[in-house]
Amino acid sequence: MAKLTFKTDLCKGCGLCVEACPKHLLAIAKDKINQKGHSPVEITDQSACIACAFCATMCPDCIITVER
Amino acid sequence: MAEKVLMKGNEAIAEAAIKAGCRHYFGYPITPQTEIAAYMAKRMPKIGGTFLQAESEIAAINMVYGVSAAGKRVMTSSSSPGIALKSEGLSYLAGADLPAFVVNVQRGGPGLGGIQPSQSDYFQATKAGGHGDFRMIVLAPASVQEMADLTIKGFELADEYRMTAMILADGTMGQMMEPVEIREDAEIKTFDKPWAVTGTKCEREHNIVNSLFLKPEELESGNIARFERYKKIEETEAMYEEFMMEDAEICVVAFGIAARVSQNAIVEARKQGIKVGMIRPITLWPFPKKPLLKAADKVKKFISVELSMGQMVEDIELAVRCKKPVELCNRVGGMIPSPEEVLAKIIEANGGKN
Amino acid sequence: MIVFDKPKSLTDAPLHYCPGCTHGIIHRLVAEAIDELGIEGRTVGVAPVGCAVMAYDYFACDMVEAAHGRAPAVATGIKRAEPSSVVFTYQGDGDLASIGTAETVHAATRNENITVIFVNNAIYGMTGGQMAPTSLPGQVTQTSPYGRDTKLCGYPVKICEMLSQLEGPEYLERVAVNNVKNIKRAKAAIKKAFENQINGKGFSLIEVISSCPTNWGMTPKDALKWIDDNMIPYYPLGVYKDRSAKEAE
Repeated sequence: MAKLTFKTDLCKGCGLCVEACPKHLLAIAKDKINQKGHSPVEITDQSACIACAFCATMCPDCIITVER
Repeated sequence: MAEKVLMKGNEAIAEAAIKAGCRHYFGYPITPQTEIAAYMAKRMPKIGGTFLQAESEIAAINMVYGVSAAGKRVMTSSSSPGIALKSEGLSYLAGADLPAFVVNVQRGGPGLGGIQPSQSDYFQATKAGGHGDFRMIVLAPASVQEMADLTIKGFELADEYRMTAMILADGTMGQMMEPVEIREDAEIKTFDKPWAVTGTKCEREHNIVNSLFLKPEELESGNIARFERYKKIEETEAMYEEFMMEDAEICVVAFGIAARVSQNAIVEARKQGIKVGMIRPITLWPFPKKPLLKAADKVKKFISVELSMGQMVEDIELAVRCKKPVELCNRVGGMIPSPEEVLAKIIEANGGKN
Repeated sequence: MIVFDKPKSLTDAPLHYCPGCTHGIIHRLVAEAIDELGIEGRTVGVAPVGCAVMAYDYFACDMVEAAHGRAPAVATGIKRAEPSSVVFTYQGDGDLASIGTAETVHAATRNENITVIFVNNAIYGMTGGQMAPTSLPGQVTQTSPYGRDTKLCGYPVKICEMLSQLEGPEYLERVAVNNVKNIKRAKAAIKKAFENQINGKGFSLIEVISSCPTNWGMTPKDALKWIDDNMIPYYPLGVYKDRSAKEAE
């Protein structure tokens, strides 16, 4: 099963991964703030992830690990 | 010891650099030092070294920065306006604590100036090598033999203290031919360079060669540590030569070609009964302050003989703490004072008596 | 099974770049190429002056920080000192195409056996958004507040086109990192640029069209679209020179 892991504290909330996800599974968590003061990304439905790694490919800060 | 051979000053520098283990030379043509580049262009390919004519003096000094960062002995040479272009690189070398060997065969300035001998880069070499707080070791040869000896010494000092050592010569010293004997390789000191960027081999943390320190505390402490090193150099590495100073009442201070001219004038003045001698700085930085201060208690006057409008004269005044008057005897623009002119100045300093 | 993770050739230092800045993607592509070629232990990188000035903290290989524009000269020195080292420079448009033009052109014409990563985002980012040599005609920046007027400040420098006129360089390609497809192409180009060096083929330069959301005054998403709409039409992607491929024809 596909699994995404985020280094949430390094996320800058830029949202490039959100745009890249073909399944529209990612969102910026408006109600959360990380150590850097950004609203970080989170996955809305882990079970629907296909581990295409498009999100990680677009992430400028290398915060996403993709497992299958 | 090796046999004596007749060489031009510029060639002696080049051959001595090779003896010192330098296998990388980068330069850009400029009169009157081009023999160094020409010599290296011939020799380096034969001994597995690199000679590269860079696109500019700026590129050349940055190639020096690269080789030095990789831990190898490296040099560049130029003349006054070219050294000005290298200033940026000299500052970065200092900021990154990299050793380098640089030769300035001076010509007259400012601007494009002329191509005849000059010593008007004294300030540039000893005080204003580039932006920021730093020093360079400045070596001033007065013979072809010293061109060779101080080149080897320069490479050793540069590595030992991780800084630039500069030969400050002039067109006369560069073109002059004299017999010279170059030290054997085995006697030449080398130093470990664990900081060099030779690849981590995946066995150590990465080395970073850098002069950027955005935290002011870090930049300050780096500068202070560097100046501690400079202090040690001032205490231990100052070099000079005394000539007829035992009973001297007038002390000539001169380096390079000016010292050779002055020596003739002093010999003549002695024949006329004037008690005159000379202190010849061999290192311009560190400046030989101690012997000058000591002399200030004995002599009546100092005369600074320079091929500039009066640059070293300021350091002499500082060194003798204005205890005695310091006069200037100079020619500029590529003109060299004759022994007669220096003699006349000595006679004048002696109260017009000879 | 891990499908995607941070490459080993990047350190754990958090990147200082603005949110959505694509420098981070380019760093990663370089690090992936180093990992895949197994050259971390003999790679030496040269950082520029500009936004990527602190790249020396991010790459795990040995690193040197160069003066503004001088990275190709510094890299020349490192490579000549130790030819078995794999030497790359990472430079922005002000560094490579303005103050360092001479160093760039001459390293290329010597076919110096180094790899140059040229990040073109058409602006000076670190100093706060001034006009770059690659700013587009009409582009508004801090120092071209009425838009780049080509009558006053001329036209953008097209580095790949310009260098392709030289005999010297081995490989010149322009890529972009504004979508997954372009990133995959960019990765292949960067890897090839390192392989060329390992195989002794000489000077390879990869121009990477990158974004600067902060100084362009856009969201990261809009900045990537701006690359498609404005940058790529002016700076067409593709291979501008590939000597070995041409000789093989």
